Amino acid sequence: MSTADIAIIGAGAVGCAAARRFALEGAKVVLLEKGADLLSGASKANSAILHTGFDAPRGSVELACMQEGRREYLAIRERMNLPLLETGAIVVAWSEAERAALDGIEAQAIENGVTDVRRLTAAEIRLREPELSRSVLEALLVPGEHVIDPWSPFLAYLIEAKTQGAELRFSTEVLGGDFDGEVWRLSTSTGEVRANAVINAAGLYGDRIERLLLGDASFEIRPRKGQFVVFDKAAAKLVRSIVLPVPNERTKGVVLCRTAFGNVLVGPTAEEQEDRTRATVEEATLKGLVARAVEMVPALAEVDVTAVYAGLRPASEEKGYRIRVEAERRWISLGGVRSTGLTASLGLAALAVRIYSEIGQGHAAAKDPVWPKVPNIAEHLPRDWEQSDHGEIVCHCELVTRREIEIALDGPVPPGDFGGLKRRTRAGMGRCQGFNCNARLASLTAGRFAAPLAKDEAA
Amino acid sequence: MSVPADHTNVVIVGAGPAGLAAATELKRLGVGSVVVVEREREAGGVPRHCGHPPFGMREFKCVLTGPSYARRLARRAARAGVDLRLQTTVVAIDRDGDDPAVTLTSPEGVSAVRAERILLATGVRERTRAQRFASGDRPLGVMNTGALQAYAYLERLAPFRRPLIVGTELVALSSLLTCRAIGAEPVAMVETGAGPTVPEVYMMLPWLLGVPRFYSAEIVDIFGAPRVEGVTLRLAGGGTETIACDGVVFTGGFQPEATLVRAAGLELDRGTLGPSIDQFGRTSDPRIFAAGNVLRPVETAGWSWEEGRRVAGFIAEDMKGLLPVHQGAARLRPGPGVRYVVPQRLALGGGGLSQLQLRLGARSEGRLVARGKGRELASAPVAARAEQRVLFRSDLLGPVSGDVTISLEER
Repeated sequence: MSTADIAIIGAGAVGCAAARRFALEGAKVVLLEKGADLLSGASKANSAILHTGFDAPRGSVELACMQEGRREYLAIRERMNLPLLETGAIVVAWSEAERAALDGIEAQAIENGVTDVRRLTAAEIRLREPELSRSVLEALLVPGEHVIDPWSPFLAYLIEAKTQGAELRFSTEVLGGDFDGEVWRLSTSTGEVRANAVINAAGLYGDRIERLLLGDASFEIRPRKGQFVVFDKAAAKLVRSIVLPVPNERTKGVVLCRTAFGNVLVGPTAEEQEDRTRATVEEATLKGLVARAVEMVPALAEVDVTAVYAGLRPASEEKGYRIRVEAERRWISLGGVRSTGLTASLGLAALAVRIYSEIGQGHAAAKDPVWPKVPNIAEHLPRDWEQSDHGEIVCHCELVTRREIEIALDGPVPPGDFGGLKRRTRAGMGRCQGFNCNARLASLTAGRFAAPLAKDEAA
Repeated sequence: MSVPADHTNVVIVGAGPAGLAAATELKRLGVGSVVVVEREREAGGVPRHCGHPPFGMREFKCVLTGPSYARRLARRAARAGVDLRLQTTVVAIDRDGDDPAVTLTSPEGVSAVRAERILLATGVRERTRAQRFASGDRPLGVMNTGALQAYAYLERLAPFRRPLIVGTELVALSSLLTCRAIGAEPVAMVETGAGPTVPEVYMMLPWLLGVPRFYSAEIVDIFGAPRVEGVTLRLAGGGTETIACDGVVFTGGFQPEATLVRAAGLELDRGTLGPSIDQFGRTSDPRIFAAGNVLRPVETAGWSWEEGRRVAGFIAEDMKGLLPVHQGAARLRPGPGVRYVVPQRLALGGGGLSQLQLRLGARSEGRLVARGKGRELASAPVAARAEQRVLFRSDLLGPVSGDVTISLEER
């Protein structure tokens, strides 16, 4: 059995970005993911915002990684065909108390190097956001906050990693392992894996992986659930900016923003729970989110709901990211990475490389990137249905073609489950939620997934 | 996106019963070129995947299953000379210019067709799990009846073996029959109301099949991963019950497929969530008509077929300049106890569809009273269940203008 330079545990946002970065550095990477597909855990559900870090804690690792990650995303995205919806954000004060807090937020933004922020009066807000409730008092405009496709970047990173020789092992759970002073021997549900160093990017299970492999955990994951509601595409014309509340101690609060797919979302909630597996949606909470959205943009009352979802953030008992370095045991934990991980992932990957250069064994020389382009699924950019020979429109709501589905299924990193196909193509994610296409998708994906759409053939 | 457009007399969007009936009738009336665009691979609309009778009594004077009914409608349209374009999706309606145009995508790519008149016959869909805010996990196996039917009758697949069925509209019984067709055994039927939406006698079917019925019950948790493993219900008495199942079918709660109506900026009715029309089927843009279930939730295939045929007649008249002016129509509004009224406008001069279509908010008995300008214009006795067809003769109103409200006065 060959020994990898690096074993990365977890193919969430952080693990995928790290796999790409280390593969490009020349390291022999093996990526171990318990789920059937990338982004199977915390990373599949977030608000899809590329942050500036304007409100991140001063001097924090989180801020540094967000800003480094954002810079790299903006630098590489066009070469990988990754979208950017340049929305800007407004932090909105709905009360005098919130208005008073804007000064501090503005000062922090400037201190964090986000110097293009400026205050908007109620009249200026009305010009920019005519559908926003008139009860808004004042806002802070953060022009650099943008919306991205939260899934395609990580697919692009894994395709790059794989092209550079990384081994991607899905449905592979780490069950134990030890370090003999030279090599990590990890026992997994698909056999033993050997590596010179381990990167723990296990998200919701980051603390358990530490306990399992190091014997103790340096932090404790406290799952924090976020529920979201997605409005029909008819809502997209009602809101231009990302509408952020004045944050509180615990969370950034409920956000209203467009998505890269032409919808508008509202969420997340912030609900502490013990359970690391179930991210349930709840009727009363979802209705509360809709009510909150309608308070902010009254015209949303006339717009249908397209989808609802929930995710778990791998928060910990402390606010910041939880970076643990065990030089002797060649171990790096990238833990406690919450919703900002979407932005920070490339920065965290770069940080891990810098740490590794101090503690690692070294590896082959860096490689030239190949810049794989992923298919565009963003609404504001050209889509496959506009081209000829697309086969057929399979998902009518999202205009997903058969060719797009075949390309995803036959791609270098094919989806391991239906969720993975949805994230790669948008199939079934539109307003009818599969009323029209679910059965057709069952046929088109027959034999592809361990958990198939159809249970079996009709009797 | 702008591509050079072909010209035609009429474009019909949707090849279900209403669209095919309209197309066939337009050809019979001598309209030169009639294009029907259908996004699916086969014409026929929803009946394509209703693999059970009864269909076709009104249209063919015999009892057919949905798929054979759909094929007959399509054959009849083709014989009449209709230009039927399958796998063709309308992505936009352009209302600028003298004639409106539709932008299309098909396997050949993007194209456009300009037409003197457009008929929207895009049908309905069922309310999704998301729209119902049903609590729990989001596993495989949760779907609407339409998807289940497509599994069974189009793809010959079974999405589950022991599903739970939500709702007691007529379509819930179709779900039961469809389950039978794939060898699945529903474990329960769950209804939030105190009794079934269909007449009690229809509930003989689940009773005969041995499917337990739960009334005044609601889903509080759907659980399982990756597939549904069970559902927890809150029961009438306040207790809960957990039922093992491997699927959940949300039936009914129909809603017009009115995405194009909205995208084209046509007036949408809050009661039906379909386009607002006058008695000739004209939307807020008099060059664009609508017929069939896009107008309201929900009618039978036969009704939609007849409506398509009638509206086709109005389109043919309109193309000869024979319809009354579009402006200055009276507005019909649902009052207390009434969910919707179709048409929503009555153009001056009478004619057109002779019956107003209404639905009551809940099962009730009493009188429907139409009032305008503070006085009673007409009334009629009514006794109906929530989703039952209620008709009201529009000629009873006499010549009307301004706002007319139709309300239920319970006995």
